Amino acid sequence: MMKSLQLKAGIVSLVVFTVFVLVWHIATLPTKTTAVNLLGMTAEQIEYQKMMGKDVGSQKTTGFPTPSQMLNTFAHQLSDPFYDNGPNDKGIAIQLGHSLLRVALGFLMACAVAVPFGFVIGMSPLLYKACDPFIQILKPISPLAWMPLALYTIKDSSVSGVFVIFICSVWPMLLNTAFGVSTVKREWLNVAKTLEVNPLRRAFLVILPAAAPTIVTGMRISMGIAWLVIVAAEMLVGGTGIGYFVWNEWNNLSLTNVIFAIVLIGLVGMLLDLMFAKFQRWVTYVE
Amino acid sequence: MSSDFLSVEGLSKSFNPSKPVFAGVDFEIARGEFVCIIGHSGCGKTTILNVLAGLDEASSGVVIMDGREVVGPSLERGVVFQSHALMPWLSVRSNIAFAVQSKWPDWSKAEVTAQVEKFVGMVGLSQAIEKKPSELSGGMKQRVGIARAFAIQPKMLLLDEPFGALDALTRGTIQDELIQIVKATQQTVFMITHDVDEAILLADKIILMRNATEDQTGYTPGGIAEVVMNPLTGLRKRADLHHLNGYYELRNHIVDFLVGLGHSISH
Repeated sequence: MMKSLQLKAGIVSLVVFTVFVLVWHIATLPTKTTAVNLLGMTAEQIEYQKMMGKDVGSQKTTGFPTPSQMLNTFAHQLSDPFYDNGPNDKGIAIQLGHSLLRVALGFLMACAVAVPFGFVIGMSPLLYKACDPFIQILKPISPLAWMPLALYTIKDSSVSGVFVIFICSVWPMLLNTAFGVSTVKREWLNVAKTLEVNPLRRAFLVILPAAAPTIVTGMRISMGIAWLVIVAAEMLVGGTGIGYFVWNEWNNLSLTNVIFAIVLIGLVGMLLDLMFAKFQRWVTYVE
Repeated sequence: MSSDFLSVEGLSKSFNPSKPVFAGVDFEIARGEFVCIIGHSGCGKTTILNVLAGLDEASSGVVIMDGREVVGPSLERGVVFQSHALMPWLSVRSNIAFAVQSKWPDWSKAEVTAQVEKFVGMVGLSQAIEKKPSELSGGMKQRVGIARAFAIQPKMLLLDEPFGALDALTRGTIQDELIQIVKATQQTVFMITHDVDEAILLADKIILMRNATEDQTGYTPGGIAEVVMNPLTGLRKRADLHHLNGYYELRNHIVDFLVGLGHSISH
């Protein structure tokens, strides 16, 4: 039953995709813009038509890439993803690698700050209340708004990108950790109390596993946001990365490469989310 | 009095200082004695148990166990919680090992394993030792809770209505097991229950508590109404309990007390 449902869903997905490509193909078919009859024209007349911008016999396209052009770009880009021909011409894998590295660095730094700090404010209702106004004000700020400040203080565009990832990843993790820790069931804490468990063991063996599903949910949200933000951040600071690649190809007016990058951003984002979904399943317990 | 293992003197608890929930609670528990406490909801049974466990503080009065005042939670008193309170991310084995390692941090892995397996076997769950609590039935979970409390070999066991959520058949089986284990280990037990038959079956001493009352004459805090020594001594068994001489007198006495109390509350 379950299997057949998956099969059916797969077939429907395939149909949707085929229809999409077909519509795309038809929409980008070349159209004859001028119905100029070649027959019965003198050489001078043809020359005149060309001067008027009505290229006799040539075909005009919408300029939007066709599916077959896309296929070519995919094949071309993926055939040599690691080439490096200087600052403005690098393989897609290298660009993705730069972006992933920035995300990983910013995200890990955010983990290192948000999880312990969230733990502390989750344990102390006083600190929770005291820090709440700051968190509530800082949380809704677009991470890119920090960019000028980061560029001014850090003075390095690449590190500023990492900082932006850090600042956008920190809030969901912080809030989820604090929430998870503050809502650990009283009965488990009572068990730990009656067993005279020392604070360190209690933190790592009772509170951490109890709050882990909530903490990892926060990490998953953070990672999603970080991947959204990195593209915009790299467009802004330039240099390397998938976001810079998109902007660079826009300047080159290479829409096929832009679309290629968009698809890739989606795929990588999905893989990152799947990774955290797996992690989440691993720490989740059934009560 | 000095022969008593545990003594409670002048215990009271109040959230509103002029109207304590209960006051002047005194009782003693001898070593190896099984004491049940019965009373209507809200009379403060659980508060008394939590004070004994060290999880709650009384407004006044002292609890002395084995010559020392009880001031906080301790490994000397094992607690079986009403909601079993097992850690759902740990297997049965790890749940009990967690308790054993807390009591004896210096034990080797083999010693811990031996202790865990001994007590899991005692409650008949050897086959389910690697299972997670979510894979167990309510009765099995409560058995694990009991095994965990026994595994740290406390001087005293505190049970907060441990069978309240179980069906009658499971409850009977676990009661029998509890009798056997307590007999074998000479454990001192303090248990809350709502079930009169359970109290008569298990307890050597039954403490009846009354609720606080308020009428024209003023406010009377709750407290101990009566301490009944169970005359049905010796080998009580669930199967023939109701055939024993004196069973019905005892049962009627307690039920009359509880029903009478109900009347006085409603008036």
